[in-house]
Amino acid sequence: MSKLRFGYVTGPILGALWMVILAVTVAIAMSFATGQAFRPGILWSLVWGAMAGAGLVALGRGRPVQLGLSVAIIALMLIGFGPVLVGPETSFSARFVGALLLGISFGASIVPILDEITPGALTRHEFEGAVIRFLTGFGYIFFTAIVLIPFYVMVMTSLKNQSELIQNPLDFSIDLSKGTELFRSYDELFTQFNFGTYLFNSFSISVLTVFITLAFAIPGAYAVARLRFRGQAAFSRSILLIYMVPMIVLALPIYIAFSMTGLRNSFWGIVMIYPVTTIPVALYMLQGYFRGLPAEIEEAGLMDGLSRLKVIWQITLPLSLPALASVSLYVFMIAWNEFLLAFMLLDDPTKFTLTRGIASLNSSEIPRQHLMAGSVIATVPIMAIFLGLEKFMTKGLTAGSVKG
Amino acid sequence: MADVSPPISTGPLAKREARLAWGLLFPTIAAVALVVVLPLLAIFWISVKPVELGDLRAPEVVLREDIRGDYEAVGDKANIRYRLRNSSQEQPIKGVTLTDTLPEGLRVTGLDERCVLDGRSLNCDLGDWEPGFRENLMIPVVVEQAYVDLGLRPQDSPASTTGQSSNVLTNTTFTLDNFARIFNGDEFVEVLLVTLFYTVFGTIGALLVGLFAALLLNKSFKGQGILRGLYLFPYVAPVIAVAFAWLILFDPFSGSANALLLQMGVTSEAINFFGERPLALIMVTVFEIWRYFPLSFLFILARMQSIDSDMYEAADMDGASPFQQFWYLSVPQLLGILSVLFLLRFIWTFNKFDDIFLLTGGNAGTRTLTVNVYEQAFAISNIGAGAAVAVVIFGCLLAFSIFFLKYISREEGL
Repeated sequence: MSKLRFGYVTGPILGALWMVILAVTVAIAMSFATGQAFRPGILWSLVWGAMAGAGLVALGRGRPVQLGLSVAIIALMLIGFGPVLVGPETSFSARFVGALLLGISFGASIVPILDEITPGALTRHEFEGAVIRFLTGFGYIFFTAIVLIPFYVMVMTSLKNQSELIQNPLDFSIDLSKGTELFRSYDELFTQFNFGTYLFNSFSISVLTVFITLAFAIPGAYAVARLRFRGQAAFSRSILLIYMVPMIVLALPIYIAFSMTGLRNSFWGIVMIYPVTTIPVALYMLQGYFRGLPAEIEEAGLMDGLSRLKVIWQITLPLSLPALASVSLYVFMIAWNEFLLAFMLLDDPTKFTLTRGIASLNSSEIPRQHLMAGSVIATVPIMAIFLGLEKFMTKGLTAGSVKG
Repeated sequence: MADVSPPISTGPLAKREARLAWGLLFPTIAAVALVVVLPLLAIFWISVKPVELGDLRAPEVVLREDIRGDYEAVGDKANIRYRLRNSSQEQPIKGVTLTDTLPEGLRVTGLDERCVLDGRSLNCDLGDWEPGFRENLMIPVVVEQAYVDLGLRPQDSPASTTGQSSNVLTNTTFTLDNFARIFNGDEFVEVLLVTLFYTVFGTIGALLVGLFAALLLNKSFKGQGILRGLYLFPYVAPVIAVAFAWLILFDPFSGSANALLLQMGVTSEAINFFGERPLALIMVTVFEIWRYFPLSFLFILARMQSIDSDMYEAADMDGASPFQQFWYLSVPQLLGILSVLFLLRFIWTFNKFDDIFLLTGGNAGTRTLTVNVYEQAFAISNIGAGAAVAVVIFGCLLAFSIFFLKYISREEGL
């Protein structure tokens, strides 16, 4: 390790690796954006990156050096020896944009990464600082890419048509001249595939689930958190244990029971079964919050002649509105995303929820853009709610749920 | 002297409090018992029963009725035919009876000895039927004027049948075939190994990736909130939507991932990511990591932000390098949350069904125990075997839970 801690070793190595990362990123980004041929030249990346790293260590990291570096990379790419190689049919403008992207991003990012690297021997602090900055940069690119690419593919596929998709699977550019024609699969889903009904079903089932869950969980959580009774500790523990029973194990007898009682294929059957899957986690989250509330306020209420139930209604609940919001959101998310029970218990296309509706689109006769448009329809509302209320959501998730 | 020690028995106030507590808890307990405990018991019951998917519908008498021969003019001889069969190939029906009202103007000339005719109403006692039994019951009749005039056919007044069949779910036939079947041979070992691979690597992978993400975001900068929200997307989105997005992204014929790899020269022919044997299992594990790293990331980040920053300053003064700080300060602080997360995620990954079911349907060597429940119960239509797998899962979970309870009491804060 100590051999690595020399400016002339660390600089070129980090420079070369960083160049490879950026070259791969730019090649993938440009391919996905234009559908034209871009690929990273690993060998050239290593060579130019190492030279850039060495140069920065030797020449210092002033503005002119940084600018010169960017220009050099752009020029190299345009003459065809750059870190990102292009196919013969790639248009000049796409090539130029790629070169610009790579040159500027590399120039702007390698300088801070190699900030403290000096030509001679490095201290551990300087060396590890540089490695950490390198890893941080890599981390941001990596995570953003892995999170965004599937969603990007989902949205873009839904806007294409079958022949475009098969012709060039990489081409996700949008032809804006098509106008409203772009949203044809969405239009067809709502007009021919009943997705309006599914959306309504999912929404009403989720909202009902939230209310029923709260109606059960609030009194239960209060009892576990505040009241003394025998078996309290055992009870609060077994709540979590219940949550460990896998749904598929329960789904089988539930399927049999529902088949026999005729609750299969009914809206109310689903409304009955969803809350039970969410009550334990809601109860667990709420009792944690109730425990944190000061008991003195409630005792004051009791002294002033309120009954326990009135104390809950007039004191505890108003105080725990934020927790109720978190729990509601989380329960809503579970109900909205639930797939297994909906898949097993619903066969009638007029009663589908969104997730069940999407599953029914997964057939070879229905084009894939419909499947993706359905996925977008199911994803967008929950994302919108989530982003709007992100604070509650994060709190709710950490408050007591590790369920997945 | 009066006794001043505290009362030993519970006082009326405490009793009232306990009563209220149970009252408040009762709805939850009832609901959970109905939907969790009862099904669990049912699973044990079904796992020792020879139940197939078709047996869920009780066997019944299937009846078709028509009239054969000439029945256009007065004096024509015809037969009323009842075609009867037992709908089940496996189970008998006991005490089958048939009742029908014959139309006006058909004079019965001969009667099966099991039948009784009272005015126009026909009653037949057909006895016990073997599985798969079928019979044609013929009633010879002579057409009279009233029949021609009215034009009512025998089938216009539907006949009714009764019969008792024992339901395989409630009778007392027990079998261990289901267990023998699922434990049989290499298949079970493979399922177990696949489950183990998926669970262990999925859990550890999600923890490590989550730790990395948490380290990235454990500093305040502009846009940190946005990135945090963004990194939670995989977890928040409906599983069915993201699973299909992955399938389309990695499609062997027209997927972008393959197109990209081909273009970059990494591979010379398209890779069937979710269809080849070792690769499919790796892919579903990667999907599991991708989908659940946000959860570990969130928990680890929350814990990191509660670590006192003074310690890092002190370490800095003492000359500890960033890696040393991470290894000797952060990791010990995070060990508690990491171990709890590991246990919980381990159990949850073990229980995971939707993801693999949607991605591969359990094909190409990705069949885990949970997928096997579905496979046995619905694909092979053997509910009993499915329940037997479910019992095995439950046994494993019970073992995990003992572990878990030991740890959760230590880290109650979660």
